[in-house]
Amino acid sequence: MECVFGLVGDGFAILVADTSAVHSILVHKSNEDKIMVLDSHKLIAASGEPGDRVQFTEFIQKNVSLYQFRNGIPLTTAAAANFTRGELATALRKSPYMVNILLAGYDKETGPSLYYIDYIATLHKVDKAAFGYGSYFSLSMMDRHFHSGMSVEEAVDLVDKCILEIRSRLVVAPPNFVIKIVDKDGAREYAWRESVKDTPVSSA
Amino acid sequence: MSRRYDSRTTIFSPEGRLYQVEYAMEAIGNAGSAIGILSKDGVVLVGEKKVTSKLLQTSTSTEKMYKIDDHVACAVAGIMSDANILINTARVQAQRYTYAYQEPMPVEQLVQSLCDTKQGYTQFGGLRPFGVSFLFAGWDKNYGFQLYMSDPSGNYGGWKAAAIGANNQAAQSILKQDYKDDISREEAVQLALKVLSKTMDSTSLTSDKLELAEVFLMPSGKVKYQVCSPEALSKLLVKHGVTQPAAETS
Repeated sequence: MECVFGLVGDGFAILVADTSAVHSILVHKSNEDKIMVLDSHKLIAASGEPGDRVQFTEFIQKNVSLYQFRNGIPLTTAAAANFTRGELATALRKSPYMVNILLAGYDKETGPSLYYIDYIATLHKVDKAAFGYGSYFSLSMMDRHFHSGMSVEEAVDLVDKCILEIRSRLVVAPPNFVIKIVDKDGAREYAWRESVKDTPVSSA
Repeated sequence: MSRRYDSRTTIFSPEGRLYQVEYAMEAIGNAGSAIGILSKDGVVLVGEKKVTSKLLQTSTSTEKMYKIDDHVACAVAGIMSDANILINTARVQAQRYTYAYQEPMPVEQLVQSLCDTKQGYTQFGGLRPFGVSFLFAGWDKNYGFQLYMSDPSGNYGGWKAAAIGANNQAAQSILKQDYKDDISREEAVQLALKVLSKTMDSTSLTSDKLELAEVFLMPSGKVKYQVCSPEALSKLLVKHGVTQPAAETS
């Protein structure tokens, strides 16, 4: 089942998500990227109802780039997080999006930051956060091993510890994970942690 | 023959002009003037009060300067009742932005949103344009101190020094001559008072005919909008030698 987590290190923020598309007891695919690059220096990882997840993150992404086109300056990570929260909060009393969000970004003035936003529009600025069944393990791992000012190597090491714990302790553990990083040079995919490969589909 | 075209705001004349918009700008040319000057550590706004009567009791200390948000203020020239509407929408816009993003609205965006409103009245039928020009002074984290001037057509631009209202062309040309880059806020105040003393109709400059407001950063990094008190303004006028204290007291 779903595992999304992230943490803030020294000059960067890192997000990790499982890549399983699941319906009922069936795994449909195991290379579904659940971390979207919002703009040049922002990442948004989402868990929840698959349709809502895609719809909502795309909606946020398009609004963030509309802002940039209109005003010639990018939104700060804090502003994007508050905007996202606002959209969830207005939707909450109409037709709620069932999505939980981790938003990571890097700003010149404030450096790296990570925001926790759940489907009932709670917003928290945090150093480490997790959603889904994997959070039971990744949160405790991070509680034990996280410290402020971690290097990329230390952070990736901790991420691997979390993934190992999820894979060994969670009954419904997803096989594959994607890791993305955002720092002063921008937001990008860092690595994949795959234990199964999707068999390539022969063309029809 | 222009009669056929100037009663509608939304119709071009054969020469390609919008008469109502031009008339609106004309109306501002008769209003009390205002000057804005950008300096390296702040923005200065000075306005000329048209004193209508001794008996008039004003409720606020300023009649031309308005605080839009913690980091933006504006000076007005033109029809005050029109201005009040626009100032209200500007304040609403600023608060809406803060509500959505939890951070102050960039100054240019605020000016632009207001100018979009103004522009609408030059295109959509049946209503007259706003007879108001604004000087916006503000600070934001992207571009620092900024000064914008807008007119009834909905045009706006960023300026180092700008003048609106009566005699604005004369004021503008003095500013063009005397403005230097990297002047301090104090020098900007001095320049603004000097320009106003030359362009105002009244012979001597007194504090009851003037308003002075400044936008600057406090040591804490917070943006401060400060209106100069009449007493302090009187002292400034004497200090910079733009008033005749002897004639006034005798």
